[in-house]
Amino acid sequence: MAMAADEIERLIAAALPGAVVTIRDLAGDGDHYAAHVVAPQFTGQSRVQQHKLVYAALGGRMGGELHALQVTTEVPT
Amino acid sequence: MSDVNSRISEIVNAHDVVLFMKGTPLFPQCGFSSRAIAILDHLGVAYDSVDVLQDMEIRQGIKEFSDWPTIPQLYVKGEFVGGSDIMMEMYEAGELQQMMQDKAVARAEA
Repeated sequence: MAMAADEIERLIAAALPGAVVTIRDLAGDGDHYAAHVVAPQFTGQSRVQQHKLVYAALGGRMGGELHALQVTTEVPT
Repeated sequence: MSDVNSRISEIVNAHDVVLFMKGTPLFPQCGFSSRAIAILDHLGVAYDSVDVLQDMEIRQGIKEFSDWPTIPQLYVKGEFVGGSDIMMEMYEAGELQQMMQDKAVARAEA
């Protein structure tokens, strides 16, 4: 079952207060998304740790119902 | 350490660059695996791959081994680098090329 873009955005924003989340629907099919996350919590974290914070925010959906979510992370400047 | 963990551990230590992927470099079975292979080919480094679709034990085991929920997964010199998103971010920033140089990874044979 696919997830709505605003649900993805809500989960990430809830787990990472202050984060700016941008979701793009890549294929227009409500199933292939790219999420760009800029979050103060990323400061000083490796790329792997940054992505793990986003995956944790999605509560185990990554690789399951969210099999086609591209994630990019950025430390706020 | 469980059997699957020691199997994975042997694989990542036996190959300088190894990609756990769906399908094979010639016939990737998923867009993310395809993207990871394209990046490795662009880098021109020698690499090995493991098709997790042919091995259910590794398909599940690698997610726990790396504490990472998705496939593909790249290991360089025994160290987990990330999935295809991180590979792309690092490639675009020039970091992946630098890492391969720093770790003295062999070039692919032309």
